[in-house]
Order: sequence, then structure tokens, then C-alpha cells
Amino acid sequence: MAKVTFDTDVCKGCGLCVSVCPKQVLGLSKTVINKKGHYPAEMLDEKNCIGCASCAIMCPDCVITVER
Amino acid sequence: MVVFEKPKSLTDAQFHYCPGCTHGIIHRLVAEAIDETGVEGRAVGVAPVGCAVMAYNYFACDMVEAAHGRAPAVATGLKRAMPENIVFTYQGDGDLASIGMAETVHSAARNENITVIFVNNAIYGMTGGQMAPTSLPGQVTQTSPYGRDVKTAGYPIKICEILAALDGPEYIARVAVNNVKNVRNAKKVIKKAFENQIEGKGFSLVEVVSSCPTNWGMTPVKALEWVEEKMIPYYPLGVYKDRSAQEVEA
Amino acid sequence: MAEKVLMKGNEAIAEAAIRAGCRHYFGYPITPQTELAAYMAKRMPKIGGVFLQAESEIAAINMVYGVSAAGKRVMTSSSSPGVSLKQEGISYIAGADLPALIVNVERGGPGLGGIQPSQSDYFQATKGGGHGDYHLIVLTPASVQEMADLTALAFDLSDKYRLPSMLLADGTIGQMMEPVVLPEESCGTVEKPWAVTGTQMKRKHNIVNSLYLVPEELEKTNFERFERYKEIEANEARCEEFMTSDADVVVVAFGIAARVSKNAVVAAREQGIKAGLIRPITVWPFPKKAIEEAAKHVKGFVCAELSMGQMIEDVRLACGCSKPVLGAIRVGGMIPTPEEVLAKIKEAEGGNA
Repeated sequence: MAKVTFDTDVCKGCGLCVSVCPKQVLGLSKTVINKKGHYPAEMLDEKNCIGCASCAIMCPDCVITVER
Repeated sequence: MVVFEKPKSLTDAQFHYCPGCTHGIIHRLVAEAIDETGVEGRAVGVAPVGCAVMAYNYFACDMVEAAHGRAPAVATGLKRAMPENIVFTYQGDGDLASIGMAETVHSAARNENITVIFVNNAIYGMTGGQMAPTSLPGQVTQTSPYGRDVKTAGYPIKICEILAALDGPEYIARVAVNNVKNVRNAKKVIKKAFENQIEGKGFSLVEVVSSCPTNWGMTPVKALEWVEEKMIPYYPLGVYKDRSAQEVEA
Repeated sequence: MAEKVLMKGNEAIAEAAIRAGCRHYFGYPITPQTELAAYMAKRMPKIGGVFLQAESEIAAINMVYGVSAAGKRVMTSSSSPGVSLKQEGISYIAGADLPALIVNVERGGPGLGGIQPSQSDYFQATKGGGHGDYHLIVLTPASVQEMADLTALAFDLSDKYRLPSMLLADGTIGQMMEPVVLPEESCGTVEKPWAVTGTQMKRKHNIVNSLYLVPEELEKTNFERFERYKEIEANEARCEEFMTSDADVVVVAFGIAARVSKNAVVAAREQGIKAGLIRPITVWPFPKKAIEEAAKHVKGFVCAELSMGQMIEDVRLACGCSKPVLGAIRVGGMIPTPEEVLAKIKEAEGGNA
């Protein structure tokens, strides 16, 4: 079971993580605005996450920690 | 088990870079190389003038801020003063390939035992998107508003090709950070550039083809597509020089 | 008693620097300081030091910046056009509060000028030189002995106050051979906890930097730096006074011009004119007190200089424009003769100033 955590207030909502997720389990929030004023990335479908860390590898702001 | 987290060689400071700017990825790759080679306590970095000017706030090792283009000269001084330290520069295209061209070429020619990380995003970011020495023919920037006209503005400079022609440097390679596969490879190459220094092999430069969504006027995702479609064909990825490997072959 | 050796001024600087613990030299060829670099090229490899001929003056001064950032004594040398090229780096060194020694064996200018002696980089050396508010400690040797002594002093003051120092010499003293007693070996005792030596994972990272994007912070660093400059002005202004106590005319001159002027002062005394000499050994800080004191009794001052009278401004400021200041001036590689200085002494003494 993979676990992806976001340091939400550091996220700039660039969407690179969303674009590279092979399982398309991530998205940008439509409801939350973080401290920086962005719609941060969030997990939409945790059970289908494979913990590949592609999202974290493409994240320019070290927002994402991946556990497996 | 944690499979991915922020490297220890980065401070807690949050990057000031624009959303989707790949400087953040490249900072992380450098920090990972420092972590994995275990040299944080003896690493000294040199920040450039450009978007990465405040890199000194982000790396947890000792840091120096250099004048525009002079990072390899400053690094030369740092390395000659304390050869046991692991000295790296982090420079953009204006810094390294325009105003600092002499320092770049000569530190390579001396095979100065330093590691140079060269971020090529084909534009001056910090000053608001002017034409860089690496801007592509036809590329629209603030100072080439009708597209870079090679008849008047000349051609882009291909640093790896130039430096690989010198006898001096140990290792010259070009990578990109536009997709997961390329970032994974960039990590290996950057780590090798640090290992070369640790092993005393000499000058290693890694050119990282990257993006500038803000000044290119694209979304971060579109900008990385542009890297794939426009940048990489002009700046082919690969190892341009690896003296030790070539010596082993020969 | 230490042994006297016969040396060229430029070589005396090099040997004194080595004795002061300087093991890093970076330079670029230029006349008339060549002997200094050549001496370093010969000596440094033998003593485990670094001599590096850089690709440019700009690179050389930035290598100096790097070594200094690592906490080691370091120097570069050049001559006027080359020192102009170094100004960017000098400003950064001053802005990052780093010590370093820059030697300028001056030649005539502006532009490519000539290769003969000059003092026409006075403004550049004493008023800043590069961009921003800053000063260097500027020492002006007038003999081969002083080339050695002031080199050692320059390193010490630079470390103590954390600012770059400059040895402002001229081609004459650089090329001249004289007996010299070299200074004792020393490498300074100033701790440098700010240096980027690697954290060894024992402390937070050090940052050597001159960038402050918050205006309040940049202002604060400037104010703090100028507090240090005040201390330097109070403690480190140096000059030699010769027959000034009863003088009606005081010549102010440094370097080779001071040697000529001393002859002129002696000649004037022989002719019954009460002349004296103030020879600044530091031109920043400028020896204002000596000028102020002399202004109480002189009729006028004469600045003997190898420039168009750049030091006249400082003498006028130091005496509050209370007395006339004449210039005995030669430029372009020419040196005022004792007769020319004497003529100006007479002019000042006669109240024709």
C-alpha cells in the first residue's frame, strides 16, 4: 500500500506531478487554496496509487513524500 | 518505508522560483548527489547571478554568491584554497555561456577539479525574459521580439560541444529534466559529476536542458513539451566527453 | 639583526607576502608589475603554494574572492588598466566583507596610457573604485623596504577589519633595487569563523554574499561597514612627517613623489625657507590630523603628485580649505623634479598661491 503525502502549503499548483502520474490518481484541488494562494496538488484515488514516486521526481518544490 | 523525500542537503527554505520552474528539480538532484556521496560537510557551492542567485539559501552546505559569470573563478579559488572540499557551481545560460564564457572555457581547459551545473533554459529569467546565448533561432523573447534572427543576433552557443573539443575537461554531459525518465538519468549524471571530483578526476560539467514557463509564456506542462519538441533536438542529450571511460576503452 | 638583501620593489612585495602567510597568488601579465608574478611563479610551487595565471584580471580577482571566502590569505597584483578590470571583483569582496590584498603598481593613463610610473589611480583607490559605498585600506610605499613592510601590514589590517587592502605603488618603486630587511614569518592570528570551509556537519552553513534584496537590510550592512571605516580612520591613518613643526610650507607627497619632495624640502631649508613634508603612508584613511595640525601654521601646501592633482582635494578637505594648496604635477610617466617642487614651495611661501 503506497502512501503519498503533500506538504500542501509549499505547493505552487504547477501540475507537473498530475501530468506525469501513470495512474492518473492526482489532481489539483478545486476547493482548497493554500497559504501561497495556489490550488495545491492532492490525492484523488489513493487505492490505485502504485507508489512509483514519479510525481515526487517531477515536483520542483519537494512537496511530495512517498512511502511504500 | 520512505521511497522518496526531500534530501537533507536542502535547507527548510522554500524555493522562490515560479510555479513549475525546473530549477527546483535541479536543486534537488544536486542535493541528492551531495547526500548520496556523503560530502555535505565538505561541500561548498557557488551561486550565480540569475534566477538561482539565492541558491545559497537553499543548499545546506557552505555557500558563496559570485558575480555574474564568475562562479568558476570563485570555485577555482575555493578549491585551490581547500582541495579536500567538494566545490560546485550552479549557473544559468546567461551567466555561464555569455558573460562568464571565458571563466567557463578556462576552468575547463585547466581541468579544474570542480563540478559545474549548467542550467540551460534558453532565456534570461530573472531580468524578465531576454534573449540568452542559448535562445533558439526564431525564439521570441523580450529582446528578440520578432524571433531570434540569426543574421543579426547570431546562433545559439552549444556549450557541451565546445567544451568537449578541449583536451582539459574530464566529463561533459547534457541531460534534461522534462520527464521522469530524463530526471532519473540527470540524477545519475549529476552524481557522477560529483564522484569525478571526489576521485580527483577534474572538471565535470553537466548541462541541464530545462524550462522557463513564465518567460516562455506557457503552462509548466506545455513548457516541458516545448523542451522535448524544440530544445532537445537543438541540444542533443548525451555524454560528450568522459575521459576516464574513453581511456578504459582505449 | 636580520640580514639585508638587495631586491627589486616588486619582488620585495612578493617575498613579504609569502612571509605573511600568503600561499595563493592569482594574476594576469601586465607591465610594470611583471617581476612580482614571476617571483610568485618561481616560489609558490616550492613552498606548497598556488600560483595561477588567470585568463583575465576579472578571473584573477574572483579567484582571490574564492580563496578569501575560504579564510586564507590571498593576493593579486596588476597595474592600472588591469586594476580597472578588477573593480567589479573588488566591490564584491568589499561587499562580502572579505580580506584580500590587491597590489597596483601604477602606470600612466587613462586608457592604455603608458607603461611609465604614475599615481593617477588615486581617486580610484581612495574613493572606492567600483560600484557601491565602500573603501579599501590604501597603503603607499616609498621605498623597497616599505614595499615589504606595508605588504605585511596590509594583510594584518585587512584581516582585522575585514575589508580588502591595496598597496598603491608606482612603477619606479616597483622596478627600483634597494637593500631590504624582510619581515619575520607570520600568518596572522585573526579567527575567521565566517569562512566557507565546509560545515563538517558541526555548524549551520556559512554564506559569503553581498546580495541583500531587502532595502532595510542592505542599508544596515552599509551603516555597519561605515562604523568599521570610522574605526579605521581613527586608528590606522599613517604618515611620516619631516621638518613640519615650524614649517611655513608643507609639501604633501607619497611614493616616489615623496622622495623627490624630501630633496626639495632640504634644498628649501638650505635657502632659508621653512619647508616641511607630510608623506602619507595611508591615503585611505587619509592622514587628516597631520594636515590639520600643519594648517595651523603654514602659509600653504604643495601637493607633489604624478597625477593631475587628485590628492589636492583631500588636502583641501583636511585643512577645511583654510590654506592654499598648490600642485607640483607631472603626468604621463613623468616625475616632478626637486627643482619643480622647490619652485612651488617658493610660490607658496611668497604667498602667491
